[in-house]
Amino acid sequence: MDYKRGYTFLFLTFCSRIILEYPATFSLHNALDGEVKTMLHYIGKRLWQLVPVLLGMTFVVFMIIRAIPGDPAQVILGQQASESAVKALRTKLGLDDPWYIQYFDYLWGLITGDLGESMRTMNPVSDEIWGYLAATFELSLFAILIAIIVGINAGIISAWFQNSWFDYTAMILALVGVSMPIFWLGLMLQYIFGVEFGLLPTTGREEVRNPVESITNLYVLDTIIQGRYDQLGTVLKHLILPGVALATIPMAIIARMTRSSMLEVMRSDYVRTARSKGQRMFWVVYKHALKNAIIPVLTIIGLQMGMLLGGAILTETIFGWPGVGRYIYEAINFRDYPVIQSGILVVAFIFVMINLVIDVLYSLIDPRIKYD
Amino acid sequence: MSNLAPKQLDGTPQTEKVAGPWLEAWRGFKKSKLAVVGAGIVLFFIIVAFIGPFIAMQGINEQLLSDRLLKPSSTYWLGTDDLGRDILSRIIHGARISLWVGFFSVIGSLVVGSFLGIIAGYYGKWIDTIISRIFDIMLAFPSILLAIAVVSVLGPSLQNALIAIAIINIPNFGRLIRSKVLSIKEEEYITSAKAIGMKDIRILFSHILPNSMSPVIVQGTLAIATAIIEAAALGFLGLGAQAPAPEWGKMLADARVNFINAPWTMFFPGLAIMLTVLGFNLMGDGLRDALDPKMKN
Repeated sequence: MDYKRGYTFLFLTFCSRIILEYPATFSLHNALDGEVKTMLHYIGKRLWQLVPVLLGMTFVVFMIIRAIPGDPAQVILGQQASESAVKALRTKLGLDDPWYIQYFDYLWGLITGDLGESMRTMNPVSDEIWGYLAATFELSLFAILIAIIVGINAGIISAWFQNSWFDYTAMILALVGVSMPIFWLGLMLQYIFGVEFGLLPTTGREEVRNPVESITNLYVLDTIIQGRYDQLGTVLKHLILPGVALATIPMAIIARMTRSSMLEVMRSDYVRTARSKGQRMFWVVYKHALKNAIIPVLTIIGLQMGMLLGGAILTETIFGWPGVGRYIYEAINFRDYPVIQSGILVVAFIFVMINLVIDVLYSLIDPRIKYD
Repeated sequence: MSNLAPKQLDGTPQTEKVAGPWLEAWRGFKKSKLAVVGAGIVLFFIIVAFIGPFIAMQGINEQLLSDRLLKPSSTYWLGTDDLGRDILSRIIHGARISLWVGFFSVIGSLVVGSFLGIIAGYYGKWIDTIISRIFDIMLAFPSILLAIAVVSVLGPSLQNALIAIAIINIPNFGRLIRSKVLSIKEEEYITSAKAIGMKDIRILFSHILPNSMSPVIVQGTLAIATAIIEAAALGFLGLGAQAPAPEWGKMLADARVNFINAPWTMFFPGLAIMLTVLGFNLMGDGLRDALDPKMKN
């Protein structure tokens, strides 16, 4: 898979830009050198704290096969498996070694980029997983965009017209939204928009008869790069239903948070001053009030981005979306343990990294936060 | 409390009985209409779960193959599924499973989480470091993934789903209790309890635990909501309750095959999940407003 190299390149460029432009980002906040140092110290400390967590994560994942009651090799292959096959699998998985040697072998494998080999396709997981990750990334990004745009605006309007019919409707919908089982919502959307009205496709990422030529495996990007705008339309159509299903819970949470945060800010003196100067309400709300109200909302958005990864498993299963969640789900049905292990590990790793980035960004945005 | 002080200062006799913390919380809870609605929904499903077998028109697995995939009607209020089973009856029986998983998984994580949290918070030092690191590691996984990991080890079944959900919620309770213990530990009444020679275990159980209860109750109520959704999600993925159990998530998964011809087979089980979860969420929000002094005003 050649896009793997492309991703590595993109990632490295991204990292180098951050490092090079790091001081520039800071000058925006008129930060002093001392503050930059504290910040770097904070990031270093957070990374250092991450080491035991990452080791623990690998150990938990390592234990997934080893903790299976009875002979794991027998369980994986099923009761009908021949003795020689079971023995071969035991050797392959290294189950006969002492556990600490197995663990160090496993860790070494991870460090050298070996995520095991799928028992179903016989391909290395590290090769297969990129395509699935890209699909999940595209879906999650789309979902979080919907959640942010709709959620924040619904929250603002609810706070602006507090106790109006819009406020009540939006907040009741938000309450229902947070209690919604995502898989049920997905099925309902499929039924209403796919079956009943026939408006939108209900499964997959693309038209089967008109497949997208993959470069980055982010189909929206691929079709734009290739100038295939006819395909871009279908790709976007395929994104809508799973995107909305996945977006619902974060959207509801973001709307509720924005509303309460805005209500608090709208009562403050400076907003009243802006109003009394004759500033138009729209600008007061969207310019003055939002600036201060947005900080707690950003934390929530960060948390929700991590949560999306969990929701993606269910959404992808329902909508036949070939993402990493579906990859894990299919692996479970086939008792493909190396894929289950590595899939869970990779998703958890991304989850931890998102949380780290959010924490750091949060302290950048709000200088009142102390790095302890 | 605020109207109590002036009365005592100007010397008028105190006629009104002072409201205890629980009574005060109940008054606060009653004020919120949504919380009362939530409590009503929860109570409704609890009653259904208890008297379910007596009111359900059909048994869990009673099949009438001649009545397959019938629309909701006066005979079958919510229709029938692909095996001719009455959906309403199955949902009624399913209430028992969902609430059972919700309550017991939360009780399990509450007991283990509180125990670990108390030890970590009270004794501190290396015990705290180890326990806190374990919590960090568990929280590093998206919860449904950790549940999938546990179930893929133990094997798919309702009981294992319950265990998995209990395990993934342990760090939430553990951290909550730990932070509460850390703040209570510094209170003067704990110092005086120590000074009069009270044993650690007694201080923990008669002072620290009761005083850290209110956030736990709030968290517990909200956790039941999440646990019910997670159990249904595991059931839906085929990792929880197995056929023919009338578990709501499993019913949804079974309904997928026929959902084009018979949308009611998937509509009602999902609605039941959503209503129950909504009930617990509303109740939890109300309890938080009533019990958490920081949220008051």
